[in-house]
Amino acid sequence: MRKTKIWLGVGLALVAIVVVTAVYLSGVNIPVLEPKGPIADQEFRLLLLITGAMLIVVIPVFILLGYIVWHYREGNPKRGKYMPNWEHSRWLEGLWWVIPTILIAIVSVITWRATYQLNPYRPIASNYQALKVQVIALDWKWLFIYPSLNIASVNMMEFPLKVPLHLYLTSDAPMNSFWLPQLSGQIFAMAGMQTQLYLSADQVGTYYGRSANISGAGFASMQFSAKSVSQASFQAWVKNVRKYAPKLDLATYNQLRAPFSDKVHYYSLAYPCIFNEVINSYMAPANAMMAGK
Amino acid sequence: MNHSFIYFGGLLGKLSLKQLPHDPLTIIGAVMLIMVPITAAIVLTLTKRWKWLYREWLTTQDHKKIGMMYIIVAILMGLRGLADVVMIRTQQAVASGHAHGILSASHFQQIVSAHGTIMIFFVAMGLMFGLINLIVPLQIGSRDVAFPFLNATGFWLFFAGMALVNVSLLIGDFSATGWLAYPPLSELKYSPTVGVDYWIWSLEIAGIGSLLAGINFIVTILKNRVRGMKLMLMPLFSWSVLGSMFLVAFAFPILTVTLTLLALDRSFGMHFFTAGGGGNMMMYVNLIWAWGHPEVYILVLPAFGVYSEIVATFSRKRLFGYSSMVYAIWAIVILSFIVWLHHFFTMGAAPDVNAFFGIMTMIIAVPTGVKLFNWLFTMYRGKLNLKTPMLWFIAFVVVFTIGGMAGVLMAVPPLDFQFHNSLFLVAHFHMMIVSGVLFGYFAAITYWFPKFFNFKLNERFGRYAFWSWLIGFLLAFVPLYILGFMGATRRLDHYSASLGWQPLFIVAGIGVVFIIAGVLFQFAQLAVSIWQRNTNRSGSDPWGGRTLEWSLPSPPPIYNFARLPLVSTRDAFYAAKRAKVVSTQPYEAIEIPRNTPLGLIIASGAFLFGFAFVWHIWWLVIVGLVISIVAIIYRSLDPHPTITISASEVERIERSYKTEVAA
Repeated sequence: MRKTKIWLGVGLALVAIVVVTAVYLSGVNIPVLEPKGPIADQEFRLLLLITGAMLIVVIPVFILLGYIVWHYREGNPKRGKYMPNWEHSRWLEGLWWVIPTILIAIVSVITWRATYQLNPYRPIASNYQALKVQVIALDWKWLFIYPSLNIASVNMMEFPLKVPLHLYLTSDAPMNSFWLPQLSGQIFAMAGMQTQLYLSADQVGTYYGRSANISGAGFASMQFSAKSVSQASFQAWVKNVRKYAPKLDLATYNQLRAPFSDKVHYYSLAYPCIFNEVINSYMAPANAMMAGK
Repeated sequence: MNHSFIYFGGLLGKLSLKQLPHDPLTIIGAVMLIMVPITAAIVLTLTKRWKWLYREWLTTQDHKKIGMMYIIVAILMGLRGLADVVMIRTQQAVASGHAHGILSASHFQQIVSAHGTIMIFFVAMGLMFGLINLIVPLQIGSRDVAFPFLNATGFWLFFAGMALVNVSLLIGDFSATGWLAYPPLSELKYSPTVGVDYWIWSLEIAGIGSLLAGINFIVTILKNRVRGMKLMLMPLFSWSVLGSMFLVAFAFPILTVTLTLLALDRSFGMHFFTAGGGGNMMMYVNLIWAWGHPEVYILVLPAFGVYSEIVATFSRKRLFGYSSMVYAIWAIVILSFIVWLHHFFTMGAAPDVNAFFGIMTMIIAVPTGVKLFNWLFTMYRGKLNLKTPMLWFIAFVVVFTIGGMAGVLMAVPPLDFQFHNSLFLVAHFHMMIVSGVLFGYFAAITYWFPKFFNFKLNERFGRYAFWSWLIGFLLAFVPLYILGFMGATRRLDHYSASLGWQPLFIVAGIGVVFIIAGVLFQFAQLAVSIWQRNTNRSGSDPWGGRTLEWSLPSPPPIYNFARLPLVSTRDAFYAAKRAKVVSTQPYEAIEIPRNTPLGLIIASGAFLFGFAFVWHIWWLVIVGLVISIVAIIYRSLDPHPTITISASEVERIERSYKTEVAA
């Protein structure tokens, strides 16, 4: 009787946990599972596929474990045959060398193709021409430069819907990892180097982005918003920024790169080569010395 | 370029009174830390045991005592690692929105870095080397390890590294750059304090200790096995240790070199990994993971070995698929060296490179899966004795499989782009390391405890501890998977309230409360077991053991085997029990290593060297180095490194066990 009650209690507790979790999760945003762009969407589908493939092995393991532990426990009178010297079966061992190997071979093929397919440097096929954005990770803020539009922004990347973005990333600070989970996976931003990332959004919305790599005391604030808007409102936004925003020249940039956490603000671009100069400043010792690095 | 960071002025280098702790939490920590040696000193003085401490422990060359010291250090450091957990979890549970919690960002980051460093290097490694020291020589029928002095020195270097980490709590600060200190953040430009230097030199010193221990056990296992024990007759624990120690021997030199290069950058203005000046931070990331990935297998393989012993013993059956198990170990050993790049798929390598390392990573799932199935079929048609070691094993299978599934997901590069450095990753590796390493070593301690103390650990408290740990562990880490999906990354000291993360962080915090209850039950278990020891005498073979260590009296005599056993099969002791062989051979004189404090002295020199290097006290660097080198030379000239126990003395010791049993 007491045992039944304990099991009942455990069962009820588990049901309660599942219900509470479900209610909670239905009320919050889960970026990785709610993709809003083609790249994140393919990554999400790949996640489901690989998880499914893994379950082919994992579920039998759990069933086997439960059955064996329950059935062969010492206290079970119906335990069945005890074979203390049974230690080898070519057939059985062959089975679990071969089946996981086949499974992993299949998953490997999927992986190989997906890795090319979702290579962050691979352009997104689209009717629109890609919009180039240069991203500089600073202590502790993200600077987005739109070289073709002559504007820039801090901690906010606004862009038109469905247009592929071609990001070029570098860092003028410690190593950072650019992560915009609803639109794409991560890529590192490193000083003296340039990495690239393509992404695009299918829906109008504001998405959470942040750095995933520790970069010093202000690391937690190293976050930004990505805002996808209609073509028309993007054009209007660009026009406004060019007209009203302060200028980003080298002096302003040097103020920006000091270590502090920042809010969102916008600039019109007065000095177009900032991104390349930042990379160059790390390339040769002579440059580094001049820049005081 | 500014070279002023090389201090030549002042006898104390960068050291000053300003470096003492001044915020309340650190002061509490520092006081608690100082209390440990002070309490120990008072107890030793009151009980007049200083001489005993020196003779029996500080100078010992006995692998069993060294093993116990490793485990004691690991347990103490585990408590410190747990205190770090409490602060991390409290901070993250409260620091939502405008609330900034109990810790400053840099303090929080130091604690996160210390937690990782301590748990891996001084808890997991300590427990591992402790168990290896205790068990391997007994299991292979050896009277000692191959190089007892090297072994003792290795332990004291481990101790010196541990001491250096703790000194950082008292003077100066610790690294705030994560447990692997990626440059350029860990370079002088971004981390100007001594924190990273403490991190470098404690790991450098402890790492050399690990390397010495690794070499010692490779040679011990290959050369010291009792006659008749061919490699393919060796118990699985010893096999997995051999695999693990090969990894140590190949991986730790990489760590040593990498840390040295970073130290040269920081202390002498070089540019191996700096941003600019020709440095390349990507090289550091590659090197550190070329050590770091094998490191996780270094920890997990011996635990796999523990499970192999426990499952067979508690199923009262032979281990299923012995040869498969051995091949699986070596497949893992080899594969673990060609997967390191999966720690940074996000660095921007070409897809062929990423895909290769991803696939190699997945292939590791095959031998691991084989081991899992072999354990399951060891239980199949057995007679399962479901004592706590088996409970830990069953929990391991469940948790490790879930964690492993997450691991395969992250081995797919495009998926890793979404999981890299997120709390999903944190949940994954804790599931692997806690279930695969910690649970395994808990099971091992319960299993082998009676061998060294002649009484069993209390089963009821063991079960309470187990259930508290398991429930707490799941509560603490399942929410982290979900938080990873929600975009939460590791090492965040605060976050926006609008993200909706706080409830999950609070649940994770509740999990830690359960884990603490589990730890308290473990200490209660130890206390109760000691209290009731006289009614719970276990004798030499309490579990129906199958391997040679169970043939020895408990605790084993200093020379382990008075008569070397005869081995012609696997499960040698099981076979001997069935054959009922009683040896009547006369006892022989046995040579054992003579106690010496030189290992301790070498490590003290290393400690001074490390401490002085952290603070740039150059004269002390030289003093430390000279102490170590002179001690090594002195030792090499020692004409009498061993003493001999005469045959009659051996006979007397062996008889004393028999009268004890009779009484």
